[in-house]
Parts: sequence; structure tokens; C-alpha cells
Amino acid sequence: MSPGTVTVMLAGVGGQGTILAADVLAKTALAAGFDVKLSEFHGMAQRGGSVDTVVRFGERVYSPLTDPGGADHLVAFEMTEAARRLPYLKLDGRLLVNSRLIDPLPVMIGDLERTEGVEESLVSEGAVFLDAEALACEAGSPKSANIVLLGALSTGLTFGREVWAEVIAGRVPASTVEVNLRAFELGRKACGEGGECLA
Amino acid sequence: MGAGYPGTPSTETLESFARMEGVYAEWAPNEKVALEVAAGASMGGARSFVTMKHVGVNVAADPLFTLVYTGVGAGLVLFVADDPGMHSSQNEQDSRNWGPFARVPVLEPSDSAEALEFTREAFELSERFDTPVIVRSTTRVSHSKGVVQLEGERKELDQTAYQKDVAKWVMMPAMARGRRLALDARVDEMTRLAEESPLNRIELRDSALGVVTSGICYQYVREASPDASVFKVGQSFPLPAEAIRRFAGSVERLVVVEEADIYLESRLRMMKVSVDAIELPKSGELSPGLIARALGFAAPSTRVAPSGLPPRPPLMCPGCPHRGAFYALRKVKAIVTGDIGCYTLGTLRPLASMDSCVCMGASIGMAHGMRLAGQGDDGPVVAVIGDSTFAHSGITGLLDLSYNCGDATVCILDNRVTAMTGHQPNPVSGVTLQGRQGAATDIEALCRAMGIRRVRTVDPHDLEASQTAVREEVASDGVSVLVFRAPCALLIDEKEQPYSVDEELCTACGVCIRLGCPAISIGEGSKAEIDVTLCVGCGDCVQVCRFEAIEPTGPACDIGGV
Repeated sequence: MSPGTVTVMLAGVGGQGTILAADVLAKTALAAGFDVKLSEFHGMAQRGGSVDTVVRFGERVYSPLTDPGGADHLVAFEMTEAARRLPYLKLDGRLLVNSRLIDPLPVMIGDLERTEGVEESLVSEGAVFLDAEALACEAGSPKSANIVLLGALSTGLTFGREVWAEVIAGRVPASTVEVNLRAFELGRKACGEGGECLA
Repeated sequence: MGAGYPGTPSTETLESFARMEGVYAEWAPNEKVALEVAAGASMGGARSFVTMKHVGVNVAADPLFTLVYTGVGAGLVLFVADDPGMHSSQNEQDSRNWGPFARVPVLEPSDSAEALEFTREAFELSERFDTPVIVRSTTRVSHSKGVVQLEGERKELDQTAYQKDVAKWVMMPAMARGRRLALDARVDEMTRLAEESPLNRIELRDSALGVVTSGICYQYVREASPDASVFKVGQSFPLPAEAIRRFAGSVERLVVVEEADIYLESRLRMMKVSVDAIELPKSGELSPGLIARALGFAAPSTRVAPSGLPPRPPLMCPGCPHRGAFYALRKVKAIVTGDIGCYTLGTLRPLASMDSCVCMGASIGMAHGMRLAGQGDDGPVVAVIGDSTFAHSGITGLLDLSYNCGDATVCILDNRVTAMTGHQPNPVSGVTLQGRQGAATDIEALCRAMGIRRVRTVDPHDLEASQTAVREEVASDGVSVLVFRAPCALLIDEKEQPYSVDEELCTACGVCIRLGCPAISIGEGSKAEIDVTLCVGCGDCVQVCRFEAIEPTGPACDIGGV
């Protein structure tokens, strides 16, 4: 890995807005003066499958993707996906998890059992949890949960909040700017400057 | 001008091109037509750009192999995106092989900035050497973003005048033989000039290890072994043999790092360059870590994921109109020859109603073949194909079925859009890539014009009507076409009121679960639960519930529990 490169993995389920969140993060890093690469991993469907994105920024970034043990931050939009992508997070990385469980279809239709103890294993891996959907509803729309999670992530990164705000305002639909800026602040507040989520 | 057919991971390239000022861009029904339109525009003096995924080149290969003989008028560039790892494809193909096979130059950018630079250079090469040129991308180049510096003013070129030249453009044998000699001379000249090509780059660092690599693998190598010397191949065909030999002579150990086929390594061995073989996976995508391991670097310690996590396969969206069609097909226990699109997901449980998926348009020919092999006496043989795939390569298959007195039912799932690749318009919707209203193909009239008498249309959200239609059409003799028509659920902006389950009335019978809707799951006491944040209110589940246990409810935030 290039020295000084920061790697963030955002893991979620199709339809949760991970790709837009990754785009906002990449543009914020660019606005803050870094070289940036962003990579999307998604399967064939528009929605419903696992969707991972990787954002890497630093002085000079070569690879757009990372390997197991390569991510400084893992932001999981859902708990099963958090568990699935755990190997990618460095041993001293930060694990931020939306405390929501979305069963994959094989579980929903009764073909497979839900794995027991996922939340407990995330706790033992040092996860910081927040309820992004609840905060998003508080901000004005459940769809802003992705921006809540960016707010939470932002407390572990060095970009100024005005840089974030400018990028968010320029990237989300015009009618949702206020909701999303509120969502960002709620996520940021929930995770405080020390990284402890309250919600 | 630009033309193409949508295909992951190439689609966004033409969509971005189409948004530029002063360009003409279109989605063609398939890649062959796209290349032919571009060939005509090039012959007529306009620079032309064609985009497709790797398998699209198979479709376009017929004109491609002869266009290298005719050469071009104005520049003609094919942008081709491969999909190592098959994120969204039915096979892995390495498009660099078209280079030596078709004798067409192939350039390989390694990131977004080079994609721009190399495409510009491809047009220069195309015009300078009178040849089409392929720019080959892969998923990790096309589906990643990086910083691109735009340099200088946009250069407007005057269109060159058309001059009739049958010896160049009419490839009948006498003329083609002459052009073949010109082609061989061109490849020799390009091979000679490749030695000095700025597209290839030598980076000398530590001489202990030299790596020959190209495309995205260059980026991985820089991270896997920052001290290694690198020969970065930007032009994969023709290759500069002397420059590579000189590089090989300047390092103690030479390895090749490449994804998909062992294309470069084979070419190097043909040049008698001594390559030290390293163990890289034979298929799938590479990564910095995989390359580092192959070069002998230790892996970092990692965390361990809990064991037995359920996989999360992609699935049909809530409200997807394909669900009703497969629900009906499952009821008649049909052998379903399938095709390429979102509806391929009809293979997965619980719908589990598809038996094959090979290539664009294959469903109809394969249904005909299955019947010829005597299948279908116990359960009907049905072909399932989407509207865009039908326009791409299904029409000729249906023509064959009708012409040769076939006996099968063809279901055309018309959701008015090319959905899987991100909602591109197509000949069936009639809207063009740049938003003009063209002629919308009348599928039913087209089928009748082929002499098919049984052509029927049904709304897949009307489950009873769908089941009746399927039952009657599979029971009929000869060819019948059943058009399931309802717009893609993601095209509907105004969602209907979502539904929820009345726990008192639900008997946990499991019928609604078998629809495979992502909004419906098995909850407490095996009773159904509907996630109101996902439900779009299509009402399919209401129709299958015999206990009237599914009823309208409020929007997500109002009722709290999300």
C-alpha cells in the first residue's frame, strides 16, 4: 500500500445509497486536495444484492481496490454486510455499523437460517453502532440514512465540515439538500468527536 | 458520432459521450449494427466511436474483421470493456486477443485519466494508419473513478470529404486480396513504430525484479511491489519486441502480471523472452494483494468473518413485473430457455423457473431445438426474453421458429426499457439515447408479420390473467407469442401505498413468500412480514393471499418502526 493512503470501504445492500455516499466521500477528499480513487463492486441486479464501494485517498493513489487487511474504515450500512466484509478492515481500523439487519432472500424465504450472534461478534470486533434510519427520519427522510452514516464517518476523518457540506449540497437532489445536511449533522453528532455513537 | 449497445461495464461510456455538446449518439439494437453505423459515418468522413462489452465484440466481429481490410475514412475507435471475475457477464473473454486475431491495434488504459488520453491517441492512430482501433478497458478501469486533468481546448476537426473508392470499400475477392496486402504492410509498419510508441512506458527502479504488465494490473503492481522496475504496456497489439527484449536484459528476473488470459506472457514467449512464471489465478480479477503474494510478500494479519453467513444474491426488485410472468410459468412446470437481462434472476429460488441462459437472443433458438429433441411432451417448452434482448437478437430466432414450423411458446417480457444495465431506452420504447422520439417497435405486429397467428398481450401484475394466458398458450399447437407488458418498477416515480400484514388474519401458509419479493419475509410464528420501506404497493401479494391478510398501510417514517 502507498504510505499515507487512507482506505474507506462502504458495505451495504443495493438500494441503500452506498454508491452516492462513496461519491460524496471521494469528492470531499478531492476538494480537500487529495488524489482519490473510487471503485464499485456490485453484481448484476439493480438492487438487493451486496454493494461495496472502496474510496482511497492520499498523496498518490494507484489501486482503486483494496485487499483483506487493507481498509482503515469499514462503514457498514447493514449488520450482515459488516460481518461479511470484516476481513477487509485493518486490525486497528474503525468499524462503524448501522444497527439494521436486512435478511438476504434465502433467509427471508426460509431456505437458510439467519446466522446467530452477528451483532455480538461485531461488538467483540469493536464496532461502533448507530441507528441511521431513525436519525434519517428525524432529519426528514429515511432515504438520507446514507448521509447520516457519512456524518458518523466524518468524525474519524480530517476534512472540515464546510467541505463536506459543500459537496453534499452539490451532489444530492436540490429539493433534499436541507434534509441531507441535517442528516449529516445528526450522524456527526451521534458519533461525537471521540467516535462513540450515542443513538 | 457515437453508437453502441448497453453492456456492463461499458454502458456509462456512451452515456457520458451522449451528454457532450455537438455530438450525435445512439443506442443501436445490437453491437453489429452499432459498428456498421459507425463504419458508414467513418466512411462518410465523421470520426466515430463505438462502445460495447466484451461479448458484444462477438456480435460485431463480422464487420470488424473486414473493416480492418477496408480501413477507415475518419477515425473509427471501438471502446470495449471486459469483465474479469464476471461481475455482470456470462463468460470471461480477453479482448486483447482480437489484436492478433483481427490484426487490429489494441490500446489498454490503466485508469480514468489514461482512458481519455488513450482514446484521443486511438483516433490519431486510426487516421494515421487507416485502421479501426480498439481501446480495451476492464471492470476495474470502467467502474472506478479517478482524477482527470482536462488539458487544452477542444479541437474541432473539419469533416473530410467522401470520395468514391471501390478498391478500398467494396470487399469482393479481387479487391479484398489487395487490401489484405495493405493490411499486412500496415501491421508491419505499426509493429516497427511500436518500438517508439509513447503509449508504452519503461519505469526503471530496482533491477532485481522487472514486471511486464498492462491496464489495471499496472496500478496493482505499483502497490504490490513499489520498488520493481516496470514495462507498462499501453499498446497490447502490436507489441514492441525489441523494447521488451531490452527491458528484459536490464533486469535480473522478469515476470508478467496480467488478468484474464496469459496474452502478454504468450506473446513474450513467442519473442523468445525468458519469463519467470509466477502463480496467479487463472480466472477472476487480480488485486494488489494477490500479486504481492505471487511475488513472495507476506499477507497482513486479518480479522475473521463469522462463519456461515448467508449469501446475498441479487434479486428482482419489489414490484418487478417479471415476477408475475415467472409465477405463472412455475405453475405449468415449463422448461424455460432463458435469456439475458434482469429476468435471468427468475432462475433463483423461490421462482426457480429458468433452465438456460447462454447469450443474447439464445432463448428462442434453444426452445426450438429443445422441441426438435423431443422435449416438451411432459411439460411445455417456453422461451423467455426481454424487450431489448428481443430487439438485439431475438427477432431472427423467432423468424426461424416461425419459418421452420416450430412448436413453442415465446414470452416477451416487455418492461419498456433496457433495465439491467441502468435503464437505457430501446427500439421498443422508441425514445433515443439523446431523448428524441423515434418510432416505437410494435412487437405484436412484428410477430404477426412473421406469420405467427397466436400473439397475445397480458399485464403481469394481473396474476390470474397471466396464469390463464400461460396455460392456454402452452396448450396450443405451433408458435405462440405471449407479451407480458408492464413498466420496470424502478421507472415508476409515484409509489403506490405500501402494504402490511394483519397478524390476526395471516395463517403462515407461505404463499406470498413464494413470490420472492424482497419486501416480504418470514417473521414471528412463520407469519409473513412486509417491510414498508421496501414495499412499492404493486399488489401482487394481495392477489395470492387467500385470507385477505394483506392490507394498505402508511408510509415508513409515520409508523415509526423502520
